[in-house]
Amino acid sequence: MRLNPVAKTVLQRLGLGLITLFVVSIIIFSAIAMLPGDFAKATLGQSATPETVAALQHEIGLDRPPVERYFSWIGKMAKGDFGSSFASRTGYRRTVAEIIAPRLYNTMFLAVMTALIAVPLALGLGIVAALYRNSWFDRVVNTVTLTTISFPEFFVAYMLAFLIISRDTFAGTEFAQSLPVWLAISINWTLNVVPKFPTLANINDQTPFWDHVWRAALPSATLTLVIVAHMMRMTRAAILNMLSSPYIDMARLKGMRPMVVVLRHALPNAWAPIVTVVAFNLAYLIVGVVVVEVVFVYPGVGQLMVDAVRSRDVPVVQACALVFAATYVLLNLIADIISIATNPRLLHPR
Amino acid sequence: MKTSSVIARERGTDLLTVRDLHVEGFSDERWHPIVRGVDFSLKRGEVLGLIGESGAGKSTIGLAAMGYAKPGCRITRGSVLFDGVDLLSMSEARRRRLRGSRIAYVAQSAAAWFNPAHRLLDQTVETAVAHGIASRGEANRDAVELYKRLQLPQPETIGFRYPHQVSGGQLQRAMTAMAMACRPDLIVFDEPTTALDVTTQVEVLASIRRVVEDFNTAAIYVTHDLAVVAQMADRIMVLRHGQTVEEAGTRQMLTAPAQEYTRTLWAVRKLAKPEIEARDHILTIDNVTAAYAGGVKVLSDVSIRVPRGRTVALVGESGSGKSTLARVVTGLLPAMSGSISFDAQPLPLSLKQRSKDLLRRIQMIYQSPDSALNPRQTVEEVIARPLEFYLGLKGEQRDRRIGELMHMIEMDESFLDRLPGELSGGQKQRICIARALAANPELIICDEVTSALDQIVQEEILKLLIRLQRELGVSYIFITHDIATVRAIADEVVVMHQGKVVEQGPKTEILTSPHAAYTELLLSSVPAMDPDWLTGLLAKRKRQGTLDAAG
Repeated sequence: MRLNPVAKTVLQRLGLGLITLFVVSIIIFSAIAMLPGDFAKATLGQSATPETVAALQHEIGLDRPPVERYFSWIGKMAKGDFGSSFASRTGYRRTVAEIIAPRLYNTMFLAVMTALIAVPLALGLGIVAALYRNSWFDRVVNTVTLTTISFPEFFVAYMLAFLIISRDTFAGTEFAQSLPVWLAISINWTLNVVPKFPTLANINDQTPFWDHVWRAALPSATLTLVIVAHMMRMTRAAILNMLSSPYIDMARLKGMRPMVVVLRHALPNAWAPIVTVVAFNLAYLIVGVVVVEVVFVYPGVGQLMVDAVRSRDVPVVQACALVFAATYVLLNLIADIISIATNPRLLHPR
Repeated sequence: MKTSSVIARERGTDLLTVRDLHVEGFSDERWHPIVRGVDFSLKRGEVLGLIGESGAGKSTIGLAAMGYAKPGCRITRGSVLFDGVDLLSMSEARRRRLRGSRIAYVAQSAAAWFNPAHRLLDQTVETAVAHGIASRGEANRDAVELYKRLQLPQPETIGFRYPHQVSGGQLQRAMTAMAMACRPDLIVFDEPTTALDVTTQVEVLASIRRVVEDFNTAAIYVTHDLAVVAQMADRIMVLRHGQTVEEAGTRQMLTAPAQEYTRTLWAVRKLAKPEIEARDHILTIDNVTAAYAGGVKVLSDVSIRVPRGRTVALVGESGSGKSTLARVVTGLLPAMSGSISFDAQPLPLSLKQRSKDLLRRIQMIYQSPDSALNPRQTVEEVIARPLEFYLGLKGEQRDRRIGELMHMIEMDESFLDRLPGELSGGQKQRICIARALAANPELIICDEVTSALDQIVQEEILKLLIRLQRELGVSYIFITHDIATVRAIADEVVVMHQGKVVEQGPKTEILTSPHAAYTELLLSSVPAMDPDWLTGLLAKRKRQGTLDAAG
């Protein structure tokens, strides 16, 4: 009768996640149905006769009642068929899947690359900051991360791009001329230490892997600066919160070194709040990066969605929105599982 | 046995010498003295009891003996010579090497002091492995050996459990095993049995005393319970406000304390009220069965009579269903079956079916006044609320009644605009009493109302409750696990065990000639102010055990 508590919770959350997705799909569909304008009028232009508009509407199925359209959409979706883009023509079918797939790959690529840098960096900084709390290191890390999180992401992106461009242009600026020569030279030298990352991340499906990494460097750095602060601060706070527990006093009274106290005695009990914040930030990497994509002209799914909204390509918009929702649900599910797996009270009931 | 070891210990050499110890704690934006100039010394194998009320600085001294100050505290002056070296002036790294290996610590609430994320065994062997005293394999085998010595059940496998999977008494013994892992020269025991039930306490005390004697370990035993310290310590030091009141050998301290303060501490436990018979019953509980969500039955077939204007003490260990019964009477947890009648009228089982007036007539006072009072409400707001809610008093009438209530609880009206945070524990509990009285109740359920308080304050609160009963004729259901409290306040006693009533009757009858075996066990487990009590009890139980086995 009693299921393993982890399996039970996972199943429960999975079920809840599916219900959430279902509700979200209704909201997405109704929200898009309520958008002003329609695809047929938008593509055919002002001069189109009502007949041609009606014909196109009939061709892509827009003349059917919304409830019927919703169920046919969601029914196909459940079978893994994302449907066809409105941009399809007779004899030239473009499926939503084939439009989204390469873009989603790019977005995932950037997200994974950023996560691989940002998560260990944030955890490491958080742990060290907690270990040496109120030290200079702690203050500097806190101030710097707070600064980067306070700027809007496009500003961070442009600042990074500006820094790269300054490599070549700094020496010629009036500002550089006004500085003492030694200072101007050392600034110029420092700037030249930074590799010349591309400020435009133009990528296509032929781009080789390491070239892709190279071109995604600046967008990734921008995102890292944006998300590290939040995760690092939570890591620090969660560990500090644990450090006031009696068992931490006990570890100290057992003669454990401070690093052991933090890593072995505080961190294992602090995972739950940390993974929640990490999951939240990873979700942001997939669903919230559109601004950064625009700045670096990175062909990700965010840009695709914006373009699809502009051209009223409803199936693409719906599919993007649903992918975003699924990402959130999945990442939170993983966070929940990690929280349980790191809590012996739940894992090993009495 | 005990006496021979005492002699052996007295021959030991000096292990710890504390001189002129000063410790300060930081609160309210400034440093306050906690310990002001304490001196003592300890020989190898000797046990020193530190005793005093809360705030006397005894735990702080225990930690300072390890060269440790809790976060928010600092050692400002003095020296702690351990085996000839000053712990306070050595480097942190050297202190760290001593801690755990040569000086160990056993805390009050093992449930909080064990790391919930690791298995008991991993935590037990951690020090030995980290200090390079034993390999992991050796340490594991030794841990099992210690578990056996401390009489833990299934010593081979109990180490693989997590702290939340074993009982409080077992956890406390596991913590002693953890402290023993490196065979330290000194162990600081900080109220190791305070959180335990009396029957469990006996076993833990016996286990601790045995290993300490076996390994000739010196110990500092911190507690507020005189009877307990009398069993454990060779010498006792009484502390008050961070200073030594007096220090003497255990027997001398118990029989002939030199200081007035020590005598008041000793006298507190002797409060006793003669029992008075009642005319009729205010509350009758018949065959009540109750369970929490999840279906675990907590009360089965409980029947109790509460005499009008008298006190019934509900006695039992944790998990016996005492507090659940209080929830059933108040209607917070409706009984599944059975009936309750109040003032000869049937009482609806659920809170929702009771009228406001019925709610008014049964009030509650809780164990921890800290969590029972809203920290954002002033004393006046706390007391005024039931006056407005139940009785609809306003303006001058209300203020006059508040004045009367404050007078009843022996506090003056200058306290009215204070917040709970600005009151002492005893004062807070008085406010809780006033809040209950404000409703003019006929029955007050007191759930362990004195357990969180110091002994002298306990006595004051008990006296206050007795006086209020005499003046107002209110009836009490007094839930407690402490037999001395029962002696002080009860007219009748109900003994509960595992959700059942074991025995009910007049106080003297239950306390002097109990019929049920469980009551006898419970009563015999209450430590007496006699240093030979534990030895005698263990010998007696052993004898009975062998007799039982023979019979």
